[in-house]
Formats: sequence, C-alpha cells, structure tokens
Amino acid sequence: MKFAHLIWGNLARKKLRTTLTLLSILVAFVLYGILCAVKQALIGGVALAGADRLIVRHKVSIIQLLPESYQARMEKIPGVAAAVHQTWFGGIYQDPKNFFMQSPVVPEEFMRMFPEFLLPPEQMKAWLATRTGAVVGRNTADRFQFKIGDKIPIQSPIWGQKTWEFDLVGIYDGAKKGTDTTAMFFRYDFFNESRAERGKGLVGWYAIRVKDPAQAAEVAQRVDAEFENSPAETRTEPEGAFVQGFANQMGNIALIVASILAAVFFTILLVTGSTMSQAVRERLGELGVLKAIGFTNGQLLGFVLAESCLLALLGGGLGLGLAWLFAARGDPTGGMLPLFHLSTGDLVTGVAIALGLGLLTGIFPALTAMRLHVADALRRM
Amino acid sequence: MSQPQSNGSPLVRIDGVEKYFQRGAEKIHVLAELNLTVAPGEFLALMGPSGSGKSTLLNLIGGLDRPTKGTVTVAGERIDQLSDRQLADWRARHIGFVFQLYNLIPVLNAERNVELPLLLTHLTGAQRAKHVAAALALVGLSHRAKHFPRTMSGGEQQRVGIARGIVTDPTLLLCDEPTGDLDRKAGDEILDLLGALNREQGKTIVMVTHDPHASARASRTVHLFKGQITSEAVK
Repeated sequence: MKFAHLIWGNLARKKLRTTLTLLSILVAFVLYGILCAVKQALIGGVALAGADRLIVRHKVSIIQLLPESYQARMEKIPGVAAAVHQTWFGGIYQDPKNFFMQSPVVPEEFMRMFPEFLLPPEQMKAWLATRTGAVVGRNTADRFQFKIGDKIPIQSPIWGQKTWEFDLVGIYDGAKKGTDTTAMFFRYDFFNESRAERGKGLVGWYAIRVKDPAQAAEVAQRVDAEFENSPAETRTEPEGAFVQGFANQMGNIALIVASILAAVFFTILLVTGSTMSQAVRERLGELGVLKAIGFTNGQLLGFVLAESCLLALLGGGLGLGLAWLFAARGDPTGGMLPLFHLSTGDLVTGVAIALGLGLLTGIFPALTAMRLHVADALRRM
Repeated sequence: MSQPQSNGSPLVRIDGVEKYFQRGAEKIHVLAELNLTVAPGEFLALMGPSGSGKSTLLNLIGGLDRPTKGTVTVAGERIDQLSDRQLADWRARHIGFVFQLYNLIPVLNAERNVELPLLLTHLTGAQRAKHVAAALALVGLSHRAKHFPRTMSGGEQQRVGIARGIVTDPTLLLCDEPTGDLDRKAGDEILDLLGALNREQGKTIVMVTHDPHASARASRTVHLFKGQITSEAVK
C-alpha cells in the first residue's frame, strides 16, 4: 500500500486521457451488463427448467393443438409420474403493449407440477372455489397494481373475440430469484366451457413429470411412440430444450450476445492497451530514475500492471454498477423481458473480464518497463 | 548521518576497467584500462569533454552499468559481479544519485519525491516522514514539502533531488552535472550544499562536471580524455 500514491499519481497524470479511457471501459461494461440481463431474460429459463420435466407439443408446431384426452394416455406410459396441460390464451389487458402470458390450467395438478410457484393455501382454496378465479405472479400484480378481489378483463383475439372477465383470487411468488412470476393462470373448466365450439377439448401442450430424470430420454421416446401415426403426433423434449427452442426463434441469443461483447471488448482492449503503452513510453526516463534509486524490475512490472488493472477495474466496476442499477429497476420493455436481471454469476464474470483486461493491456508496457536499461532510460529524461 | 569507518582502504576501487559499446560492426571504446580509487569522505570531481567517459565511469561506480573488463569494488563489495536484482538492492542501500535535470517525479510533491528511496526500506510511515523532514530541513526546503516540482525553481528542484539522494544516508553520493542546468547563483547554492554535506556530514561525493568553477569545490579533480585519466589535481 505504501506505493499506492505512486500508482494513483501516474493515473492522475493525464486526467483527460485517463477519464476518456475510463469512460470507454465504463460504457463497454454497461453494455456487457445490459446484454447479460437481456440474455438472462431470453434464455435464463433454461437454467431454471425442471430436470425431471418434459414438454410435449404437436410435432408440426406449438400452435397446433393436442387432444385433452392425451393426458390420461400419457399418465399410463411407464416412467411418467404425472401430466398436466396448458394452452396459450394470448389475451390483451387494456392495451397490446401490456403483454403477459395467460394460460388455462387445472389448478391442483398444475401447482403440483410447478412447485416453484408459491401460492398461499387460502388463496389456493379460493381458486378452487371460484370458477372464474385466476392467479397472477407477483411481477405482473406489482406492475398493474392488481390486488385480490379485482376483476381483470382480458380481451382474447384467439378464443371468441370477446372480453373475458376473471376474479383475482391469488398472487403467487417464485421459489427462486429468477422464477418467472409474470404469467396469469385461470381455470381450464371455465375456459373450456366458455370458448367457442372450435377448439373445445384441445389443449396447447403438456408438461410431464418423469419418475427418474435419468430415464427422461427413454420416456420422451415412449411418449412420441404412443402417438405416432395419430392425427396429432407429438414431439417431446426436456423443458430446458423447449425453453431454449422458444428463445432460439429469435436466433442463437448466447452467440449473438457473445459476438457483440467480443467486438466491444476487443475494441476496448486496443484503446486501453494503446493508452497504457503511451503512458509508459512517456515516462521511460522516470522509470529509469526509479531503477537507479533501487526499485527492482519486478517492482516496476508490478507498478504498471497495478496501474492498468486499477484503470480496468475502476471502469469495469463503475460500468457493472450502473448496469446493475439499471437491471434492478426491472424489465425495461414493460413485459417482453420478464426475467430481465443481472445475475451474480454475470457480475463475477464481469469483474474477472475487467481484471483480465487490466492484465492483458498492462503486460506489454510492463515488460517494456521491466526490461528498461537504466543508463539508457536516464538519457531519455 | 553516518559513514563507514575508514581503515585506510579506499571506498571505491576501479581496477583495469574497460568499457566499450557495440554499434553495428563498430566497437566504440568509452573507457580503456582505467584505474581509480576514491577515499572515504572524499569530494571527487570528474572532468572532461563530452564523450570522455566520465558519465559512463559514474554509472559503473553507481552500479547502473557493468564494465566490459576489469573490476569495480565499492565499500568492499565487487559490484561488477552482482545480478540485476542484487545491484538494485545494493543501489538502494549504498548509492544516492543527483542528476543534472533533477529527474523528480512530476506527479509527486517534494516530500513524496524525497520519500521514494525510503519506500524500499522496512521503515514505517512515521519513520519515513521523520527522515524526509530531516532531509528537507538539511537542504533548507521544509517550507516547500507539499509543493510539486512544476511550482519550484530549478535550484529548489535540485535541492529536492539532493534531499532524495541523501535521505537513506547512502555510502556514496553520485552527482551527474548537478549544476549543469542552473544559473550561476543557484549553481553556487547547490555547490555550497554539496560542500557542506561533504565537510559537515562526511559524505563521500563523486561529481561529474564540465565546469571548472564547480570542480574547484572538490577536494580532488580527475581529468578524463578518450576514456583515460590524463591528469589529477588535489586541492
């Protein structure tokens, strides 16, 4: 620490240059943080997907419906513990911009299948007692200031071109930080009776719980074999792959994010590397003086590396802090990215990248300082 | 301030030193078969025209460079055989440098500049501060301790440079044209200061200079020409 003023003094030597470099690094890390939060929102569900759950959808596409009667047949397949169905409702609350998912479900079996949704027992009881009852996740309830007892009108462009009115009987929370609490679930019996004749008895997709996650692949094959050569053949895949496939409709998100960040960090590497090289070149004479006084090669190497790491960690830390503050405010799109948040893992990776940036940009100037011949350096003063 | 006890042996002994630089195919001889001794407490001036080898000789005595041939012994230690790391440690313990252009670190104030050599010791912050204050007082700059080099005159900067050179109480103070960048008045003040350090503190000083007026302050003057000693004058 006794050398801190020397390292800090060198950083403060050219204030404008240091500030501009710091800002470049800061902007890069703000971008990193926000892109990580977007990636988390788009494919974060993959990590949270249940390892013991499979999703069964129509073989052609998810918008093709499956018979409700498949549920009983699925539950008889060896290795299947339970099966529940869901259907895309696609309703609009007041304005198309107010997007959140709605789905009719059979309450008890659905909540057993998805234990990550936490609903207080008295609200579950109220849901079972109310045909028009619905529950919404905490995120959406907070977003629209919904409270229990509210009537929620949802206009459906798919199911009968009418406004459906639901009674809010419960608000569920997520068991984990990243659990999606934006959806609204309501009773399937009410939905099935109230929808137009077209579509009655059909559902969107199924979720299956397997008895042994290690046997999931075999169970998936058995399910698809069960419905082979039927009018509605199925495609069964792990929940994680299903979520990934859904996200991949927009492209390979992880690759896109990684490519953008690689380009940004490569640019920052050049900018910071050039700044550090110039900073060291300008004071070769002073480094020679330090050597003459008795500072060792290793100490000079350490000074330059400490300087570049301090610069990168300051810029990176500030950038990550700003990105974290931005992400902490929640989904900036008003509903399109419900899982938008900057994870601890991404923050730690960000700090590691900043440190790597510091080391990489400092190492060559540091080696120059280390190899400096003292008598030559003094002549440069 | 202390000096090693003199037992009659020289503090610096240069034996048969040669130094040449290779520039392409050309071999440039800077020092040739040079022998020199410096006694403890002596104030030696090295004079000679540009290219005579006086700065190279000073660098060899200060462990900043190694001879091509011959030996350099300072305070009983063969420094021409030391590794880079050992030389750095040795310089920190034994040598104080004063440069022509002061060579202060511009981002550090006077006391921080003077403190630099002490950062290589095991002294605490409070002990370092005490030594720095003493060194600045010795050169008459206590009132400028918090000032940065850019706000000081050349003479003041050189006095800070001297304070930095003596703060660790080195065995040997090496001065490379310490008055070369100063006007006569400021130069005289610096020479007075060096003289006082030599007389009152017993500092052994080796000073490179072009200026006969400066060399007149030394107790002995050695003249170099083309890498060889041509004459000596003892005061």
